[in-house]
Amino acid sequence: MSTGEKLLQMVIAIVLFFAVVSVILLLTQRLRSRRGELVQSAAFLLPAVFLIAVGLLYPAINTIIWSFRDNLSKNWVGLDNYHEIFGSNAELKVLGTTALWVIVTPVAATVIGLVYAVLIDRAAFERFAKALIFLPMAISLVGASIIWKFVYAPQIGLLNAVSGSLGLGGNHSWYQDLSHSPWNSLYLIAIMVWVQTGFAMTVLSASIKAIPTDIVEAARLDGVGGWKMFRYITVPSIRPTIIVVLTAITITTLKAFDIVQSIGAGGAWHTNVLAYDFYIRQSQGQNGTASVLAVLIFILVSPVVIYNVRQMRKAEAR
Amino acid sequence: MRARKTRRGAAVAAVVASAALVLAGCASSDDDSSKVSGTWPGAKLSECSGLSQLSQYGDLTGKTIEAYTSITAPEGDAQVRSYALFEKCTGAKIKYNANKDFEKNVLVRAQGNDLPDVAYVPQPGLLKQLVDTGTVVKPPKDVETNVDKFWSTDWKNYGTVDGTFYAAPLGANVKSFVWYSPSMFQKNGWKIPTTWADMMTLTAQIQKSGTTPWCAGFESGDASGWPGTDWLEEVMLRTAGPDVYDQWVAHKIPFNDPQVSKALDQVGEILKNPKYVNGGIGDVKSIAGTAFGDAGLPILKNKCAMMQMAGFYAANWPKGTKVGPDGDVYAFYEPTVDPSKGSPVEGGGEFVVAFNHNPATEAFQTYLSTDVWANEKAKATPDGGWVSANKGLDVTNLTSPIDQLSAKTLADPKAVFRFDASDSMPGAVGSGTFWKEMINWISGQSTKDTLDNIEASWPSS
Amino acid sequence: MTTVVPEGAMAAAPVISAPKAAKHALTSPWASLAAVVLAIVWTVPTAGLLISSFRPETDVKTTGWWHVFTSPSFTLDNYRQVLSSGSQTNLTGNLVNTIVITLPAVIIPIFLATMAAYAFAWMKFPAKNLLFVLVFALQIVPIQVCLIPLLKLYNKPPFHLMPIHGGENPPAGGLYSVWLSHTIFALPLAIFLLHNFMREIPGELIESARVDGAGHVQIFSRIMLPLMMPAIAAFGVLQFLWVWNDLLVAMIFGQSTPPLTKALTDLTGTRGQDWPLLTAGAFVSMVIPLIVFIAMQRFFVRGLLAGSVKG
Repeated sequence: MSTGEKLLQMVIAIVLFFAVVSVILLLTQRLRSRRGELVQSAAFLLPAVFLIAVGLLYPAINTIIWSFRDNLSKNWVGLDNYHEIFGSNAELKVLGTTALWVIVTPVAATVIGLVYAVLIDRAAFERFAKALIFLPMAISLVGASIIWKFVYAPQIGLLNAVSGSLGLGGNHSWYQDLSHSPWNSLYLIAIMVWVQTGFAMTVLSASIKAIPTDIVEAARLDGVGGWKMFRYITVPSIRPTIIVVLTAITITTLKAFDIVQSIGAGGAWHTNVLAYDFYIRQSQGQNGTASVLAVLIFILVSPVVIYNVRQMRKAEAR
Repeated sequence: MRARKTRRGAAVAAVVASAALVLAGCASSDDDSSKVSGTWPGAKLSECSGLSQLSQYGDLTGKTIEAYTSITAPEGDAQVRSYALFEKCTGAKIKYNANKDFEKNVLVRAQGNDLPDVAYVPQPGLLKQLVDTGTVVKPPKDVETNVDKFWSTDWKNYGTVDGTFYAAPLGANVKSFVWYSPSMFQKNGWKIPTTWADMMTLTAQIQKSGTTPWCAGFESGDASGWPGTDWLEEVMLRTAGPDVYDQWVAHKIPFNDPQVSKALDQVGEILKNPKYVNGGIGDVKSIAGTAFGDAGLPILKNKCAMMQMAGFYAANWPKGTKVGPDGDVYAFYEPTVDPSKGSPVEGGGEFVVAFNHNPATEAFQTYLSTDVWANEKAKATPDGGWVSANKGLDVTNLTSPIDQLSAKTLADPKAVFRFDASDSMPGAVGSGTFWKEMINWISGQSTKDTLDNIEASWPSS
Repeated sequence: MTTVVPEGAMAAAPVISAPKAAKHALTSPWASLAAVVLAIVWTVPTAGLLISSFRPETDVKTTGWWHVFTSPSFTLDNYRQVLSSGSQTNLTGNLVNTIVITLPAVIIPIFLATMAAYAFAWMKFPAKNLLFVLVFALQIVPIQVCLIPLLKLYNKPPFHLMPIHGGENPPAGGLYSVWLSHTIFALPLAIFLLHNFMREIPGELIESARVDGAGHVQIFSRIMLPLMMPAIAAFGVLQFLWVWNDLLVAMIFGQSTPPLTKALTDLTGTRGQDWPLLTAGAFVSMVIPLIVFIAMQRFFVRGLLAGSVKG
């Protein structure tokens, strides 16, 4: 296709989309009865729900089924795949490393993002300061992998140069240090935190700006200030946003495999995580055991889902 | 008010209708690509005379063949150029789809019913997995005839799965090389070793002279570790012999067999000796994090003397580096332990698999298996960096000295060729734990733990 | 006792904000220092990339980028090679592909998600909470899990529908499967976040509109969309960045329209020997996302302001 054709197809797709949506909305807009509301909800909801059901729910169920079948997904094998995963020391290490990722990344990114947002709030150079922290989000992983090569690599890496000039030796292995596993993964987690802090900082900063001034005034008149203001006014006021940010980053972290892929040398030095292990097994044609790993990811996230549902219920009750 | 609404409604309907028309216009009519028709355009052209096998497929004008491969630009450009003759002689067009993540995506595509026409598979292990999905079809007879004629049985066997021949070899590469600097060797009076013992003596001699003898780097993105597997495989092939090597690849002896651990310890005599590595870069552990592509560069700065690496490393030297026996860098054949037992050669290559029996697909498969294509490809690669084990390849068509050396090494009657073991093992090991554990090994893990871990990961089925 | 506030700050800002006060809590000079340190730590790695992109290939491979301060040598070769590279597809073609992929893959999911979020926030229908929890929970399904099932559906859809992928001539060169996939993967998070903002809009606003006789469609298009615009734009920037930088989806579903990210990975050569070119390539691909971010930054401040905190 030529450039013109591609652009034309793009315009057609967008026009087609809005045309279909407007027709649906126009058709249902006159309905005002109780049943009408039902039809209208369907019109608002079904396009998205249908796509999610086909594109996410169906594959998810498919995966659960595959976890009980052989690697070519042809025969039932019962719990064999589960036995294989849980019977392997290497896999248990993967689970441990994943846990480290999921605990450290959201907390570190959110805390740093929050502190930074507070520190630069209403500073003269606020926009510029924010852009600096947000920058990593605009860089594709292809670029990021090179960036971190310049930090961790033996000869051309900054970290060894710094530690060498501080007299701590210029020959450290960082995440390649097998003897410190699983803590060597922290060097890779740092990359994820580096990327995600921008997200946390922007969302939290916007939320901080929305704290009503009267609350702050009242608190100040009561003699609240400084650290206490942060602890008792700022943080509680934006608590819902903090939860949203933590949740989003937790889920992203559980799914993320690209950092380990591009920097962690395919999970050597015991730096492998569930999502990457899944990706690798699938590409090696081991659908059975790969699916078990996906099921594990589903299970691991359920506490986060349950917690969020509880929070939503509470908010509903208010 | 009402009129306006109606008009809006009509406009919306018109947009939907026109868009639907555009969509329908783009829908492909099921073209019947399985029938042969017309006479082949090559009949009248003299340059097509060597390709008479293609005449049976008739006129393929208007047909497109998707070739899915891992060979990206700039190497891929030479591939595309080498298809010009085919396109001229048959009328078909090649859609060259190269992807760095080919090895990871090809199984996904096969299982998702999203099949290309042909794919170039660089690993016999992956070939077997593709065949297992039931999507790969057998090649036409002419391909097998050509392979019998132009390749050794070793090579044909690597394109065979469970007794059925599926895939003709395409390119080849030789891994059994040690890169060095001819001028540095000459200045110091060092001689190119012809036995492994010689090489160890030379290593000690170089070290005494104040130069670090060896350079190495195992890092290669998400494929990191493979340079380490090459080291072990070369030594295995030399110390245990080709038969044990085959048993090891087929898992007829365990991965942690004493012969393997002996070979790995022998690798360790070089790579884990802090006096022998890692010139200009760092200590033993630095090997793990050094990109294999950059690991040899200290040779140019006289900071190390040798690096074990495949012939394709020629592309990794900085632009302007002269590669040749009288140049800045060159390679010698990695010597064997006992020359009386022949010269083991370890290498790699790609194999052409097809996913349908369309005439265009079969014609293209046939073309790639001919000596005509091999020479076309050599001519299309003026800067070098490509070899084939095709016996019909005229070595004088190869331009670079290292390619000629590779071709000669492959054609040497004393050569015992074996495919890269990690490429032949099941993916879970060959492009999984074997890579990873070699990294862990060079990062300080013991030989025993390393081999035990790999053995534990061998798939049960 | 009153809080300790420097006079200057008081004069400049008569109404003091909570974070402002909190900032002083984190004792001013130290706070500024911490902010500066964080900013430096976050930026130095990227600065290293930028500097490297102007260094000759051999230098990049053998010495650290900070060596430019002691022995400077610069070149534009990397950029020249990146911009002139690619004999099969040039970079401009890839850029067009990226744009063509990105725009619908941002607009469509966000609009669908806004509609769904509206339904979840302000409409009454059975099993609403259950459905919402399900949508929320499906965020966790990793993209890799969906590749094979979706490919099958696109190539051989049920009910003899037209395949939108594979074959000789898929509609729009197979772009529909890319747009659709990005839409699907974006929806759960988009609905989750937009629903959060949507609920912060005061209920009285909707009630009074209903009393005036407005239906859901009118409320949605006349009240919600304008009010939500900043939030939508803000999420749009995020979605834009994800799609722009995506490689996986494009590699599986968009083989005939390779985006910029694919061209970048190809830059390094089959065996990765030319990786220093990526330094320049990464910056070339960053230019547009960065412009978009800076241009839309005010929406991040105003946009998310509308939501997230119950007043």
